[in-house]
Order: sequence, then C-alpha cells, then structure tokens
Amino acid sequence: MTRLRRLFLAPAGVVIGTLFLAPLAIMLVYSFLTRGAYGGVTAQFTVENYQRVIDPLYAAILLRTFVMAGTATLGCLVLGFPLALFISRAGSRKNLYLQLVILPFWTSFLVRTYAWMFLLRDTGLVNSVLLSTGLIREPLPLLYNDGAVFVGLVYGYLPFVVLPLYATLERLDKSLLEAAADLGARPSMTLTRVVIPLCAPGFRAGALLVFIPCLGAYLTPDLLGGSKTVMVGNVIQNQFTTARDWPFGAAVSLLLMAIVMVLLMLLIRRGGDKLI
Amino acid sequence: MDLVLELRGVSKHYPTHQAVNGISFAVERGAFFALLGPSGCGKTTTLRLVAGFEDATAGDVTLNGQRINHLKPYQRNVNTVFQNYALFPHLTVRGNIEFGLKRQGAGDIPRKVRDALDLVQLSGKDDRFPTQLSGGERQRVALARSLVLQPDVLLLDEPLSALDPNLRKQVRSELKSLQRRVGTTFLFVTHDQEEALSLSDRMAVMNNGMLEQVGTPEDIYLRPRTRFVAGFLGAVNWIDGIGVRPEATRISRTATGERCIPATVRSSVFLGNCLQVETVCTNGQFVVAEVSRLDGSFAPGEAVHLWWNPSDELRL
Repeated sequence: MTRLRRLFLAPAGVVIGTLFLAPLAIMLVYSFLTRGAYGGVTAQFTVENYQRVIDPLYAAILLRTFVMAGTATLGCLVLGFPLALFISRAGSRKNLYLQLVILPFWTSFLVRTYAWMFLLRDTGLVNSVLLSTGLIREPLPLLYNDGAVFVGLVYGYLPFVVLPLYATLERLDKSLLEAAADLGARPSMTLTRVVIPLCAPGFRAGALLVFIPCLGAYLTPDLLGGSKTVMVGNVIQNQFTTARDWPFGAAVSLLLMAIVMVLLMLLIRRGGDKLI
Repeated sequence: MDLVLELRGVSKHYPTHQAVNGISFAVERGAFFALLGPSGCGKTTTLRLVAGFEDATAGDVTLNGQRINHLKPYQRNVNTVFQNYALFPHLTVRGNIEFGLKRQGAGDIPRKVRDALDLVQLSGKDDRFPTQLSGGERQRVALARSLVLQPDVLLLDEPLSALDPNLRKQVRSELKSLQRRVGTTFLFVTHDQEEALSLSDRMAVMNNGMLEQVGTPEDIYLRPRTRFVAGFLGAVNWIDGIGVRPEATRISRTATGERCIPATVRSSVFLGNCLQVETVCTNGQFVVAEVSRLDGSFAPGEAVHLWWNPSDELRL
C-alpha cells in the first residue's frame, strides 16, 4: 500500500521538487549574493539586497501594490457577488452563464489586455463614441493610469470570484431563505442577514484567489498603467531584465512571497477548516 | 365557532401534475389540527400554500376572515417549523430567536427571548450555535423562534421525522403540552397516523391532492368514510365487503351469534401485549385477529370461528 502510494506520488514530487523547490532555493541563495556586471551573480555574501527593499522608493511601490490589489479584490467581490447570485438563480440557463464567465479564458490574457488598450486609448472605442455624440470635446485620459490598471485587474480576475461564490450559493440550504421570509424578513433583509453572511467562505476563497495574483501582477500595470503606476511585479521583472540585478529581484520576490504566506496563515487561522 | 384559518376550494397545479385539488377545510382557533396523508399526497404543498411559499392556482386561503392569497410569506402572521428546522447556522440560539422580532421592530427583545427560551426549557443555551445542539434541542429552538412571534397559526412540517425514533414519543407529548400551554393554533403535517391520532383535536386525511375526510381522531379511526381512510389509519380485514379492524376481530372455538364465520388458523405470533392470529376463511380470504393472550393460544391448522360486534364494523 505504502509502496503504491509512493509510486503514484513520485511524478508530482519530482515536478514540484525540480520545477518549484529547486528554483526557490536558487532564488534564496541568489538573494544573499552580489550582482554580476551583466546579470547573474558573483559569489559574495551580502544582506544589502534586503536592506534596499526598505528604501522608501520600494516601500512606496510595495504599499501601492497592496492598495491596488486590495481595491481590485474589493471591486471583484462587489461586482462578482450579484453576478454569482444571478447565475445561481438562473434555473436551466445556469450552465450557459457559467460557460460565458469562463469564456475569456479561451483567449490569451495578453491579447485581452491589449483589447482593453484599444478600448481605452484616446482614439479608442469609448472616447470616439463619446466624441462623436458630442458629450466630450477632448478625449478622456482613460489609459495609462491607476483607473485603467484597476479595470484591467478587475476584468481579469472577476471569474475567480464568481466561481467560488456561485459554489457557496449553490450549496446554500434553500429552506433557510424560506425560514427568513417566514420570520418576516423582506428579500433585502434575507440577502444581508442570511445570504451574505452564509457566503463568507465563498467571499474568503474568492478574495484569496484574486488578491494573491493581483499582488504579483505585472502585465496589466505594464500595459495599462502609466509610469507612476508601477507595481511590485514590474519592479521584479525589471531587475531580471533591463536592470540586470538578479539578487535584488530575488530578494523582492521572496519578500513578497513571505508577506503573502503570513497573510494566508492569518486567514487560515481565522477561517479554520472552512476556508473554501 | 371561531375559525382562524380557512381553505376554500384551494388548488395548486404544476405544469406536470396537480399537487392539491380543490380542498376545503377550516381550523378553529386554538386547535391542534393534523393534516395526514401518504408522501406525495399534497399535504406539505397545502402547508406551503398557507405559509405563502406557494401561490394557489385556485381557491381562497383566509386568515382571521381575511383573504391572504396575495400576501408574501413575510406579510402573513403565520410561522413555520421546518422539517429540517432550518435554523440559521451563522447565528446563536439567541440570534435565531431574535431574528423575527428584529424584523418586526419589536420592543423588549431580551425579555421576549428569555421567555421563549424558558418556554422550551433551553435557558442558558443562548450562546450555543445550532451545530452545538442535539436534534431535540434544535427542534425546540425552531419552536421558540416561531412561537416568540405569536403567530395566528403555527405550521409544523413533519416536526418529529428528523428525530431519533426513541425520542419521538417523548417529544410528541412535550409538543402536545406545549400547545396547550401557549394556546396557539397548530397546523401539523404528518404521514404517521399514530402521531396524528395522538396529537390532534381534529384531523384531515389527504390522498392524491384531495381531502378524503375531516373530523376528530375518533371519527376518522372508527367511522372512516372511504376505504383509503380506513386502510391508512390502521389494518382492516375486509370480510364480504365489511371492514373489521384486527383488534375488533374475535376468535372462538364454537360458533356464536349471527356474525360468525368459520376459519382455519395459519399462524399465531406473540406480540407481548396480544397474540396476532392469522386465519384463512373457507372462501380463501385471510383475516388477522389480535386477541388477548388470556383468551388462550391457537395452533396452526386449528378450526375456529371468527366473530365481531356489529358496532365495530366500519360502515363506508
């Protein structure tokens, strides 16, 4: 039995070990070394990389990343809950709507982000429609700012909120809704006092699934954000490419990971086994 | 007669079937009224029509003389004890009991909650969550949560079916005494004839979406109007078209009186408080008699005579 179990677990173990744990170990080592002249590292121990992260410049980027990821998560929850509620009550059309939610995944995230550029730029669809109807005289600055990044992140991660919320709504005991009405609760009260509190696991799971990838997002801020909308993902990407400072990039990556893990542990402790 | 609830020609038709078909009955204020029938007979649908979870296709539902067909569940002064109790899992016992009071904007909620907990003997368990309670305790929270709102009618959907069989009889008598104490009208749905007979003052028997008979438990058991009612409330021997219940069927070794037919004993089972004797008549029909073990024992193959009192015949 044990041997069989080991046999079945071996492929996954090899994949995780070589493709996940080993690179992570390399990153850890690199983060304590000195940068090489053309990328790479020179074998000289230092903690300077971690000291630099506390630099106000990077601390501000880190803070902004958290704020941006937080607001995007909030935006996803606020938009995602009504959608999940609608789908859960759509009767025979549920599957159709769920497929529509998942449909964007059939196209590359990069392509979809470019599509937003075409929509939001000065000569884009939104501005040209507003201009032609005479509502505005000059194009609105829709692209290359925080707002565009927010829209891009919410758009990209909305399905990750809708699906867990839909799952919790589906599991919800319908007799509880009848009990609430029976005890005198109008539909709005049933929603706020019964449905939303009982969807807490779905909200938690959805928030996690959005917040964590948003923290590490670099494509969306890179394409839709301006020079002032740098997120920590862009900083990391930059260190490994143009800046050629791998040790610093490794240090920032590991710090971000550490913060996410602490947050996750706090959440698990609060949510107990009801996390998802 | 002070009628609190009245159904007149009420029907509920679904695209695929007719759940309730033109039923009419009235419930007197303060009564313990049972709606009895096999599963799928429409009794739960009837209860849901009164609660407001279903809209009647035809007919009138009146509460205190007012037609309430158009009212939403949260606008009707009736409350339901659900089969699975439907307690809010995210709220404590207190939170569950307060829920309706808060929706009403009632005053002095803490005192009302305390009284309700006293009523169902759950004082001190205010801060427990439903998952921390036993089945019986959950049921009492469900009762308290509804009764605290002082409904005109309390609707109970198979309230004993979720309980352990050992607990059922005890809870049954508690439920009856609770109803007497609070004086609230109870409309109670069950498929268990013993429950209906022992709990209710009046009962209605339903079958296939229609009302078969309404009356006191004695009426229904002793004077059933249809074969269905007679058979659903207990075993019946049909002897030449005449119904006689096993406990009214007597056995003797000699022929007596006019209502007497010869039979042969097939088997005899000792049930503790009685003997269940299965016999077969000369025309091949099986007749079961439950006789006192003091009347002696009967061996298979023995020739006997079956007889009964004319007053024990079920006249349909």
